Amino acid sequence: MRVMAQVAMVMNLDKCIGCHTCSVTCKQTWTNRTGMEYVWFNNVETRPGQGYPRRWQDQERWRGGWRLNRRGALTLRAGSRLARMASIFANPVLPGIKDYYEPWTYDYRNLVNAPLGDDYPVAAPRSLITGRPMAIEWSANWDDDLGGSVEHKAADPLLGGAGARAREIAEKVRFTFEETFMFYLPRICEHCLNPSCVASCPSGAIYKREEDGIVLVDQDRCRGWRQCVTACPYKKVYFNHRTGKAEKCTFCYPRVEVGLPTVCSETCVGRLRYLGVMLYDAERVAAAASVPDDQGLYEAQLGVFLDPQDPAVRAAAERDGIPRDWIEAALRSPVHALISRYRVALPLHPEFRTLPMVWYVPPLSPVVEALTETGFDGEDAGNLFGAIDALRIPVEYLAGLFTAGDPGPVRASLDKLAAMRSHMRAVNLGDAGGGETSQAARAVGMSGREVEEMYRLLALAKYEERYVIPTAAIGEAHGLEESVVQGCSLDAEGGPGMGGDVHAAGPFGEDSGRRRLPLVSLESFHVLRRRQTADDEGAVSAASPTSGPYRSDTAGDDRAER
Amino acid sequence: MRILLWGALPYVAFALLVSGLVWRHRYDRFGWTTRSSEIYESRLLRLASPVFHYGILFVLAGHLLGLFVPASWTDAIGVRERAYNLLSLIGGTLAGALAIAGIALLVYRRRTNAPVLLATTRNDKAMYVLLVGSIALGMYAKLSHASFGHGYDYRGTIAVWARSLFRLDPRTDLMAGAPVAFQVHAVVGMVLIAAVPYTRLVHMFSAPLPYFFRPYLVYRSRGPLQERPQPRGWERIGA
Repeated sequence: MRVMAQVAMVMNLDKCIGCHTCSVTCKQTWTNRTGMEYVWFNNVETRPGQGYPRRWQDQERWRGGWRLNRRGALTLRAGSRLARMASIFANPVLPGIKDYYEPWTYDYRNLVNAPLGDDYPVAAPRSLITGRPMAIEWSANWDDDLGGSVEHKAADPLLGGAGARAREIAEKVRFTFEETFMFYLPRICEHCLNPSCVASCPSGAIYKREEDGIVLVDQDRCRGWRQCVTACPYKKVYFNHRTGKAEKCTFCYPRVEVGLPTVCSETCVGRLRYLGVMLYDAERVAAAASVPDDQGLYEAQLGVFLDPQDPAVRAAAERDGIPRDWIEAALRSPVHALISRYRVALPLHPEFRTLPMVWYVPPLSPVVEALTETGFDGEDAGNLFGAIDALRIPVEYLAGLFTAGDPGPVRASLDKLAAMRSHMRAVNLGDAGGGETSQAARAVGMSGREVEEMYRLLALAKYEERYVIPTAAIGEAHGLEESVVQGCSLDAEGGPGMGGDVHAAGPFGEDSGRRRLPLVSLESFHVLRRRQTADDEGAVSAASPTSGPYRSDTAGDDRAER
Repeated sequence: MRILLWGALPYVAFALLVSGLVWRHRYDRFGWTTRSSEIYESRLLRLASPVFHYGILFVLAGHLLGLFVPASWTDAIGVRERAYNLLSLIGGTLAGALAIAGIALLVYRRRTNAPVLLATTRNDKAMYVLLVGSIALGMYAKLSHASFGHGYDYRGTIAVWARSLFRLDPRTDLMAGAPVAFQVHAVVGMVLIAAVPYTRLVHMFSAPLPYFFRPYLVYRSRGPLQERPQPRGWERIGA
């Protein structure tokens, strides 16, 4: 047994209202840069739907993740090492910009500069790739809230399959609008235990951190081979087309290191994200990822996780150098509770065999209302359990997402969520005392106390119970916290170079070298255009105009022009 | 002039290559990439890029064979002059044709595809001129002095000069006697070698050979945390 620790996440889909706050705050924090316009480290997809990039789940096409070869050993679906290196001069299955969307901005200057005329001036969309006027045809959330789903439903890889099972599910998912139900799926990098992006990187630039399991790209070692973009089955590694390097969700490691939740978690208005430590046995990872049966992967991954309640595990963790505060955090970890203790959280697409570490509590919401409308008592345990099979989002669809098609674990998880409602109603109406094991609780094999603890975690979701994050080094935490406010540890020399002094348009193209470019936080189309076509920094700043209310915020420029 | 071109330039080129690589590795590891444009356009690239790269690798192998394997060695393993000449002519021409076809298509793609053209810096354009120039001149030199019977025997002149460079005793007289086409190709080639570290061509030195010998998964420790130097403008004001 070799104990390792990972900071993992669970999202409670029951509470996601699809507001995209997580996506927006993440974008503002990490990806509002040239070359990253189309990049969403965090995005929220409407299900059923195509997702982002389009049809990312379809591994027949995108060749992400792992598969078992004839000898039953793990190999990348994208091909063996030799095959992939032989085709390294042009990645055969790289998503193009159109598979994401062509990013654009608007030519706002026209609004104030247009000559007097009969027509109102408009801010025409301009492509951020070519700089030319463009027709907006697709974007990251084009099919949000089932927009256009009548047209696009066949494009959902879970519904568009040819098999009899796929057709059956498709039939069950009714797209008639008055009967429609949908749910949202927020997605970030899964920070997998068996990450295929790491395995595919020819330069060895992507790595999994020993201390907290966060998967990062070393920007100085990345050589832009783009193998990781293909290999990631979740399509959560993106290619920065200005710097020529891969970038991905960093799990906000500068925040997590000082005990702060990630930006997406912190700003989630639904309070549906949970962060905590998972202890796992590194020696069992390879075996768990090579289980022959796809549907056995969920159980296999559960088997990799270790129970911090077990004194033997705690002793082994100390032996393997896990800090004491991490072990204590693991004991209180909400993520461990939802995944292993209550077993209500499920992994996203375990059949990709990467052992993902961002898990989901499947959505139950509409069932109570639906039942009540039909005249039944929506929260009665018996009715609830019966109704789960008739959910408008069929259990089979959820199983396609979370358990490689096995409805058992999804059904069990939904049953527990239903039992929790029923039990809490009984408690609130005085039908059962607090801590007493009600009929509903007994039906799912939980004690009343357990159900109430789960209720507290899922429904009340207190800040300090949702996020139990040990700091990287407790003694230094205070100083580090300030350094986060003052700057970003990604800017450090040898860091992934995500900001600060590496933004210069050096002699080898954008972002090479170490010169400082004036920090531009919000920019007009014209500044962007100039920067795209200029060969050096001087040409950009020399011509830097006062372009609208938002302009480059270099103090020097300001003074010169006012 | 003779000394300058055939005695000094090779060493200057080599020095620029090595110092450039060291400098770039030290100061611009972040810029060490080809800035792939595959995300903008992949149809042409998927055809042209492998054609060019495999072509140029064969060309490279041919140069190494021609310049650094003495005729006496090939004789020793029983490859006669005529057989070698044919191999050199046919193999070299095929490899060169592949490289030229590939790069022609790549340049066409770069010119006609708006996003790809936008992502092309002046540095890239200069590099393309140099690269296309040296390939084309090499092909011209080879073909203009070739015949199936007996082509120009560069192994008696250019190759000997090339090897003499490593003995720090350049036989400049041998190069001075070589045909002008070969001389021009050699000069452009040396400039190209000197330019490698300062252009996107630097990616040739990141051929991922270690990938074959490492385990799939890479773990790295984040190392001891340290206070970072305060960024300029964020100095604390005695609060």
